[in-house]
Amino acid sequence: MIAPGAIPALPRGVRIHFDKLRDTWVLLAPERTVTLDPVAHAILSEVDGKSSFGEITARLADRYAAPQDQIAADSAGFLGALRDRLFLDLAP
Amino acid sequence: MTIRPPIAMLAELTHRCPLSCPYCSNPLELARAETELPTEDWVRVFREAAELGVLQLHLSGGEPASRRDLPELVRAARQIGLYTNLITSGIGLTEARLGELDAAGLDHVQLSLQGTDAEMADAIGGYRGGFTRKMQVAGWIKAIGFPLTLNTVLHRRNLHQLPRALEMAEEMGARRIEVATVQFHGWALKNRDALMPTREQAKEATRIVAEARARLKGRLVVDYVPADYHSDYPKRCMGGWGTTGLNVAPDGTVLPCHAAQTIPHLTFENVRDKPLSDIWYQSSAFNAYRGTGWMPEPCQSCDRREADFGGCRCQAMALAGDAGATDPVCIKSPHHAALQARAAAYAAGPDALIYRTAPGKPLPHIGNATTGPESRSAERITAGNG
Repeated sequence: MIAPGAIPALPRGVRIHFDKLRDTWVLLAPERTVTLDPVAHAILSEVDGKSSFGEITARLADRYAAPQDQIAADSAGFLGALRDRLFLDLAP
Repeated sequence: MTIRPPIAMLAELTHRCPLSCPYCSNPLELARAETELPTEDWVRVFREAAELGVLQLHLSGGEPASRRDLPELVRAARQIGLYTNLITSGIGLTEARLGELDAAGLDHVQLSLQGTDAEMADAIGGYRGGFTRKMQVAGWIKAIGFPLTLNTVLHRRNLHQLPRALEMAEEMGARRIEVATVQFHGWALKNRDALMPTREQAKEATRIVAEARARLKGRLVVDYVPADYHSDYPKRCMGGWGTTGLNVAPDGTVLPCHAAQTIPHLTFENVRDKPLSDIWYQSSAFNAYRGTGWMPEPCQSCDRREADFGGCRCQAMALAGDAGATDPVCIKSPHHAALQARAAAYAAGPDALIYRTAPGKPLPHIGNATTGPESRSAERITAGNG
C-alpha cells in the first residue's frame, strides 16, 4: 500500500511517450519500455511530482465516478510495481 | 506470419575504441573510420527507425564518444522522439562533453566496468589509466544526474569481484547494474580458453545475484546474463530473430544481431541503399530465422520453441557449424554433452589473453561487449483489471 501523503514522481530518465505506430501510450525507462493501458495512463497522467497519492486517487475517483478505495488499491499496485523497478520515486 | 515492428535499435556509431577488451564481441574485421556513416546519414536512419516503430536507441560502438558529432546525434534523436541511451566505457568523455550531452537531452548512460580496481580493469581493457579515468567520468555522470546503469562483464579472471561491483554501482548512484557473464562472439572466441568461467564460478555468480536482488530491492535493479555454456537452456537471443531489435553497423550494414555476420550464407543490406523499413520487413537476412518455420527438431516440437526460439543462431553457427541448428547450449541438442565437456576444458585452459589491434593504430583496441537489446521488448505492468 502507498501512504495517502506520499508524493509519487517520475525520476529523470523515465517519461511517458505516445507511440504513434502502435497507437498506445508507453513509459520509456532506461533500456525498458512499458506499455500503458488506459487505466495505467490515467494514473500516471496525474503524477506531477507535487500531488500526493491521496490527492491523485481522489481526483481519479471523481473523474471516473468510482470508489476511492478501489482506485487507491489499483493505483498502489501499479505504482508500487513501477517503484520496485525504480521507474518511480515516492517521497514519504 | 505477422512481422511486428522493432522496439530497439543499436547504432554502432564507430568501431574505434581506446580499449581492447579480450571479450570484444565486435567482428574480427573492424569497420575503418573512413567507412563510417556521416552525421546526416545517421540522423536519417534515426528518423526511419522512429517511423518504423523503434522507441529505444542505443548509441554504441566501439566507443561512441570517439564520434565528435555525438551530442549532435543525441539532439537529433531526441527531437525525433527516441529514448537515447549511451553505451560507453567512459574513455573519451570529458566533463564539458557530458555537459553537452546533457544539454542535448541524453536520457541514460550505460557505463562499462572491466574490473573493480585499476589492476584488473586496466589489464582487461588493455588501457593503462583507464580505470582512474572511468571513476572520474562516473563522478561527473553522478554530478549531472544522468540515470546510470553499470554494465559489468564477468569471466574467469574477474568473477570474484562481483560483490565489489555491486557496491560500486550503489556508490556511483546507479539505479541498475547489468551483470553479464562473458559471451563468445567476434573477437571473444579467440579468448574462450582464458575467459571461460568454471561451473562453480557460474553457480557462485547466480547465488550472489539472487542474494543481491533480495537485499537491494527498491535501491538497485540487478539484471543478469548467466553463463551460457554452463546452462541447460539457451537464451532468448535478441528476443527472437527479427522480432524486437536491429543493429546498424558503423558502415550502415543492418544486422539482426551483433554477430550475424558470422553466418556466412546470409547477405545483409545497407541503409545507404535501402530504407530501413524495407530491410526490416523484406530482407532475406531478417526473414531467415523469423518465427518457428525454419526450426529443425528438437526445436520444432518443443514447447519452449516460442520461449527461446531455439537460442542463438550465431552460437549454433560457431559451435555446431550450422546456424539453423538448435543452440548447443540446449539440453535437447545432440551437441549439448560435448559442449559442456568443452566448457569444462576451456575453463581449465591457459590464461594468456589475446588482444586485438585497431585498424591503423599501434595499440590494442576494442568495444564494450553488451548483451544487445534481446531483453528489451515492451512489457506490461497492469493497473488493476484495466
